[in-house]
Amino acid sequence: MISIYTRRRIVNAINLTFSVLAMLFGLFWLFWILLTLFDKGLSGVGHTIFTQMTPAPGDTGGLLNAVFGSLVMVALATLIGTPVGIMAGTYLAEFGQRGWLAPATRFVNDILLSAPSIVIGLFVYTVYVAKVGHFSGWAGALALSLIVIPVVVRTTEDMLRLIPNSLREAAIALGAPHWKVVTLVTWRASRVGIMTGILLAVARISGETAPLLFTALNNQFWNADMNRPMANLPVVIFQFAMSPYEYWQELAWTGALLITLSVLGLNIAARFFLRKNDLLN
Amino acid sequence: MTDDHSSADIAKITINNLNFYYDSFHALKSISMQIQKNKITAFIGPSGCGKSTLLRTLNRMYQLYPSQIAKGEVMVDGANILDKAQDLNILRAKMGMVFQKPTPFPMSIFDNVAFGVKLYETLNRYELAERVEWALQKAALWEEVKDKLNQSGTSLSGGQQQRLCIARTIAVKPEVVLFDEPTSALDPISTARIENLIFQLKEDYTIAIVTHNMQQAARVSDYTAYMYLGELIEFGDTDTIFTKPRKRETEDYITGKFG
Repeated sequence: MISIYTRRRIVNAINLTFSVLAMLFGLFWLFWILLTLFDKGLSGVGHTIFTQMTPAPGDTGGLLNAVFGSLVMVALATLIGTPVGIMAGTYLAEFGQRGWLAPATRFVNDILLSAPSIVIGLFVYTVYVAKVGHFSGWAGALALSLIVIPVVVRTTEDMLRLIPNSLREAAIALGAPHWKVVTLVTWRASRVGIMTGILLAVARISGETAPLLFTALNNQFWNADMNRPMANLPVVIFQFAMSPYEYWQELAWTGALLITLSVLGLNIAARFFLRKNDLLN
Repeated sequence: MTDDHSSADIAKITINNLNFYYDSFHALKSISMQIQKNKITAFIGPSGCGKSTLLRTLNRMYQLYPSQIAKGEVMVDGANILDKAQDLNILRAKMGMVFQKPTPFPMSIFDNVAFGVKLYETLNRYELAERVEWALQKAALWEEVKDKLNQSGTSLSGGQQQRLCIARTIAVKPEVVLFDEPTSALDPISTARIENLIFQLKEDYTIAIVTHNMQQAARVSDYTAYMYLGELIEFGDTDTIFTKPRKRETEDYITGKFG
């Protein structure tokens, strides 16, 4: 007969052990992925990466056009998707208490959130690329923005719902109209959370390949014209990694490393920025 | 504290046959009473008796929630504020409210106080700064925060936050201030400061306060209303209610036999 106290200690020890093991299991793969990336990718990082275009087979070159294309399309997609997402999320959390529109929107958004990205790519291909007759950077940005929207809608709504109603009531009690309560108080109170949601969305689209394959396609040369096919890191990685040329494969690893590092850097920068901002307030 | 009020009282708010429903739950039952101008009226009673509900009817805060309905008449300066035509934002600017938990906005101390002012008045920078100082002085917070007006309102202690909320409410120059258990989340020292403050505020404002603390009601108020299960059991002079109440229920509650 063991006392209830001893039993609790044993149960606690067992649970803690399993939790730690689970964490180690997760970390193991994560570090393995990172190690492989650095191992294979670092060798390709040279001064030509950011100065030269993607090479033809057998030639040497860099990733400049792909890096540029990715940056432009991700930035544009974020620019399109973020305002729409924040507005829709705000509607769901702040204005959608009555009626059927909000629940319906939430349901559709959840479907969009879990839609395979290849479906999004095919969709934009059908409604835009096929109609105008050519692949383009616009189409790529559009497809990516369709992935941004549901992520931002969801996080915006969730973050706004975390704001206690007492804060809204306090602002309303001063005679503030609802839209001012939202723009001046609740958005402010949840801005860290909303920013995190946007960053999550950016991180998500910076590695998306499928939607770009059907929309922006790829471009071996420098191109700043959004109306023409545009190079981008994910598709270049896909194409080069599958190729038989060793130099191309090396570049693919370097591209993968670049994406990972930029997402990592973005997260760290955002955390740093948001924390500093919080201290100020 | 309850001295010569009975002579020159004017009703600021007249409640006639007010009924309130949360969906089908009948929360206020035919309440009729008057809240006197420049006096403090306290509402006491056990939890769920409807005192907060009554307070939230006076600035129609309940209207935020679709399932809550009020019927009857609440006359303020001769107009029924339950009327559909009543502009809610203007009503709320006129009927300030301080809540149970301090709710500083996520902005600087200065902006917290200026928030409500900027909604209805266009003051230049100098006038605005003057108004903010005035409100903070009134709320007895100025000395503590005058050197850190740019710091976040959330950085203050609980008692200071509550005084900040009072300053924020006063800054818009309302006519009535509704206090909904303003000290129930505070320590005794902060509570004493806020009670003092409320007592001083009645010079300029009509005040209604909901409290769980009977000593508080006895200390600060001129009139006291005892409510139970949605009904107004007894209403009158604070002195009378606490020394020789007319009804058994009131006496039982006040003497602690019940509640």
